Amino acid sequence: MINSSLKQLGDLLQTKKISSVELTQTFLNRIQQYNPSINAYIALDEARTIAQAKAADERIASGNAMPLTGVPFAQKDIFCAKGWQTTCGSKMLANFIAPYDAHVITQFDTAGAVNLGKTNMDEFAMGSSNETSYFGGVKNPWSFDRVPGGSSGGSAAAVAARLCAAATGTDTGGSIRQPASLCGFTGLKPTYGVVSRFGMIAFASSLDQAGPMAKSAEDCALMMNVMAGFDERDSTSLNREKEDYTRDLNKPLQGLKVGLPKEYFSEGLDTNVGKVIEAAIAEYKKLGAEIVDISLPNTGLSIPVYYVLAPAEASSNLSRYDGVRYGHRAAEYTDLMDMYNKSRAEGFGAEVKRRILIGTYVLSAGYYDAYYLKAQQIRRLIAQDFVEAFKQCDVIMGPAAPSTAFKAGEKVDDPVAMYLQDIYTISTNLAGLPGMSVPAGFAQSDDGVSLPVGLQIIGNYFDEARMLNVAHKYQQVTDWHERMPELVLPKEAK
Amino acid sequence: MALSIEDIKKVAHLARIEVTDSDAAATLSKLTGILGLIEQMQAVDTSGIEPMSHSQDLNQRLREDVVTKINLRDEFQKNAPILGNGSTLPAVGDGLYLVPKVIE
Amino acid sequence: MEWEVVIGLETHTQLKTNTKIFSGASIKYGAEPNTQACEVSIALPGVLPVLNKEAVHCAIKFGLAINAHIAPRSVFARKNYFYPDLPKGYQISQFELPVVGKGAVTIQVPAVGKNAAYEKVVNITRAHLEEDAGKSVHGAVDDMSGIDLNRAGTPLLEIVTEPDMRSAAEAVAYAKKLHELVQWIGICDGNMQEGSFRCDVNVSVRQKGTEKLGTRREIKNLNSFKFMQQAIEYETRWQIETLEDGGTIQQATVLFNPDTGETRSMRSKEEANDYRYFPDPDLLPLVISEADKAAVKATMPELPEAMKARFEAHYALSAYDASALTTSRELAGYFVATADAGADAKQSANWIMGALAAKLNAADIGISESPINAQQLAQLLKRISDNTISNNAAKQVFEALWNAEGDVDGIIATKGLKQESDSGAIEAIIDEVLAANPAMVEEFKAGKEKAFNALVGQAMKASKGKANPAQVNELLKKKLS
Repeated sequence: MINSSLKQLGDLLQTKKISSVELTQTFLNRIQQYNPSINAYIALDEARTIAQAKAADERIASGNAMPLTGVPFAQKDIFCAKGWQTTCGSKMLANFIAPYDAHVITQFDTAGAVNLGKTNMDEFAMGSSNETSYFGGVKNPWSFDRVPGGSSGGSAAAVAARLCAAATGTDTGGSIRQPASLCGFTGLKPTYGVVSRFGMIAFASSLDQAGPMAKSAEDCALMMNVMAGFDERDSTSLNREKEDYTRDLNKPLQGLKVGLPKEYFSEGLDTNVGKVIEAAIAEYKKLGAEIVDISLPNTGLSIPVYYVLAPAEASSNLSRYDGVRYGHRAAEYTDLMDMYNKSRAEGFGAEVKRRILIGTYVLSAGYYDAYYLKAQQIRRLIAQDFVEAFKQCDVIMGPAAPSTAFKAGEKVDDPVAMYLQDIYTISTNLAGLPGMSVPAGFAQSDDGVSLPVGLQIIGNYFDEARMLNVAHKYQQVTDWHERMPELVLPKEAK
Repeated sequence: MALSIEDIKKVAHLARIEVTDSDAAATLSKLTGILGLIEQMQAVDTSGIEPMSHSQDLNQRLREDVVTKINLRDEFQKNAPILGNGSTLPAVGDGLYLVPKVIE
Repeated sequence: MEWEVVIGLETHTQLKTNTKIFSGASIKYGAEPNTQACEVSIALPGVLPVLNKEAVHCAIKFGLAINAHIAPRSVFARKNYFYPDLPKGYQISQFELPVVGKGAVTIQVPAVGKNAAYEKVVNITRAHLEEDAGKSVHGAVDDMSGIDLNRAGTPLLEIVTEPDMRSAAEAVAYAKKLHELVQWIGICDGNMQEGSFRCDVNVSVRQKGTEKLGTRREIKNLNSFKFMQQAIEYETRWQIETLEDGGTIQQATVLFNPDTGETRSMRSKEEANDYRYFPDPDLLPLVISEADKAAVKATMPELPEAMKARFEAHYALSAYDASALTTSRELAGYFVATADAGADAKQSANWIMGALAAKLNAADIGISESPINAQQLAQLLKRISDNTISNNAAKQVFEALWNAEGDVDGIIATKGLKQESDSGAIEAIIDEVLAANPAMVEEFKAGKEKAFNALVGQAMKASKGKANPAQVNELLKKKLS
């Protein structure tokens, strides 16, 4: 059951072969068993979860079910969910109980889905290894001494370890796709504006986008049918007609033009990872795809641009955490200024503080033009690269991350090395384009461990259905997405 | 643009984050590395390029001027921080959020 | 050495909407603390702003009213600073691209002493939309400040002038004119006590004839015209004295203390503010088309300038009267209703701005609450012009109307105020008066003009005030010639 697709689970539930309560309990049992070592979930509320499952069973019985009614999902702790502890991975919000639902949560509730719990994440989504979380790191289910990627590391580990049917994530610079690559599952970051940001705790508002993290492209498509949609509470939410993201899943790929940007296959890419990507491309040729060599000349600039724009927006977005109305307030303070300084120094972790300081610096008087404005101008150049590229191809392919999962602690003291994890994912956020990571095989690490590798598929604006089709057809002829890690618990946890 | 300890302190003050001297020194080396990364941008000629704030060229939507919010003060104030300075009570009173005296 | 004061104003006008600028929370004044502070107002994690259509319409109305450039594309920016009444740690405002650009307001500066009244054009630099902050309440809880966020997010239009004003009188005339205008076009309730209309005044002085502006000090949050006048006068004197004593002016923000009549510098800020403005990524550019402007324009009333011109042309009023009657739509409407009900326009203007205004002032009520409506006043004025009552009697009728003692004709009848216009009756009275006052007649004939007036007085007295004075004059002249 834990390996079943969302469609299969939906069918089992609707034909009453299983109940949502049974299915949910199965996952809760696995969570109880494995979460203490993996640390994927940071908030669980069994009573609340089972109540939702019961309600789903009643809904199924009454004949009003929707495709995902009764299916249990994990929710990244970046989404406000009414009555749930909602921390965004931060000490700042460790005691915050959300008094309202994010749009994404409402969409899942409306679909009758069950919320298994809130998943661990890098603090305020700032990180690529989940090591900045106040609630501790998350184990990569394929190799417990390695990171799951970030920032959606908890959701990633939960999906890979089958601690949920599927999960939500958010992606500001690669936070869905890089962990999907490192943990070996399918993740999609939609076009900016397709999923409402209302109730999703902001990191960098012009880049943040929520999306599905699941076992297959088909699962992602079903989740997109729930998550996508116009929301008048988000000014950047796009008012488009509702679409069925499963509609094109089985279209043949004959004649599909796949662009390979030379910048995605140059230095910095792990050789073994490169080989896996090449094999995947060869598979696409067999499926009838045409390969086109393209160039995204400003790829290298995406990291500097991102590390100006994202911290700038974040420095302002995180000013609301001042210890006045909610969140952490220092235990001792002498006056207002002292209260601010101490509350924020104590409430935020090191990486968040670094980014706030960088963001404050690049926006401050005298530096705005040289940093912020300049970054916005280069952002346009990066977006234009894609406009040119999509004149020559239908989708772009390449690696999602430059390497397989690295060891915990390996990059934690070297922010710049950590930032380079996102070299292949950031430019799509800057351009607002949709991107996916699809399991494409395994590569040997230096110490001989076989670790998953993700193939990135980048589509044009609103081309999610086509990308899901491209991924799905590949998943019809490969089984990388069905591989599941063997979970070996440490002795004391058994 | 080389960063100094003074810059770190100034920026930390603007951002209302307390930094000790040793914090500031550690932060300086990390931020210097990050700024080094960012400096790559300066090599690009961006004259005449329109800055891009949003990924899509859309206009602001307008909301009808209708009251849709109800009073949820009590609900919201359940999340009030602990007052501190010896008190374990929530930092609210008479419906107000309580902070150290604001002096003008 | 002759000094010149240079003044510019920044006015925060609270827009007359139902809800906040970026959320659907009510902005009704006087609610219990934080009961109108929704999740957006208190900046809970994850909330987002959506712009209020009515606030945008208010900005367009103002732009049209001052003949300003209305930006086809304007941008909301974040002004970043920490303050407990600013829940997000930034204020959403407009910085580089405001919604309203350059425009102008014509002001009437009243006569002061030997200086005659004059008109002047004050140039508007810009007007931009922004959100208000909350309030800090002191003293409710020991040693703490309380934060009430009901006001946080209230829509404001900040209207900024060029440094065009050269006296406190000009600044006050501008502020009053602006106050009238924003109410006229219905974008602000104008309630200064409740803070709906707050002025910051930038004051600097320089030697007359020089071009370079002096260092300015900003007087914050003036919420009455009287205080504005006092504050500017004090500040101007203080700056001149400081300079004459060899001192220099430091740029500063000052507060006016109405009790002492003095301005004082606010606790000096430790550092210059660095607001780190940048375009708000949660909001998209505000685009206003020609069609949008036309649609808003169609909902707007005739503007005071146009109405003033119409009053001069159509009702043959003086510029002064026309201007005075177009200070508010209610007043102008009252005048039009009075004149259109058949009263003489000039008489209507005189009575409205004279007797009626005095009464309203004394009772501290607006013209819309006047116990005498326009139809009643028109009826009263008609009874003067058709000689039914004298001007003096009209004053009594007016008093009675004010006290709701009945309608015009009823009051005239009850009080017996109808004047005597039968020439036979008046002649009889005059004959009696002449017979009873031979000495006066002699004096008049000897060339004493005063005696004539005395005889008129006697005749009026004899008629118990009811004789038509014009007729008395005429007949008396005839008899004495």
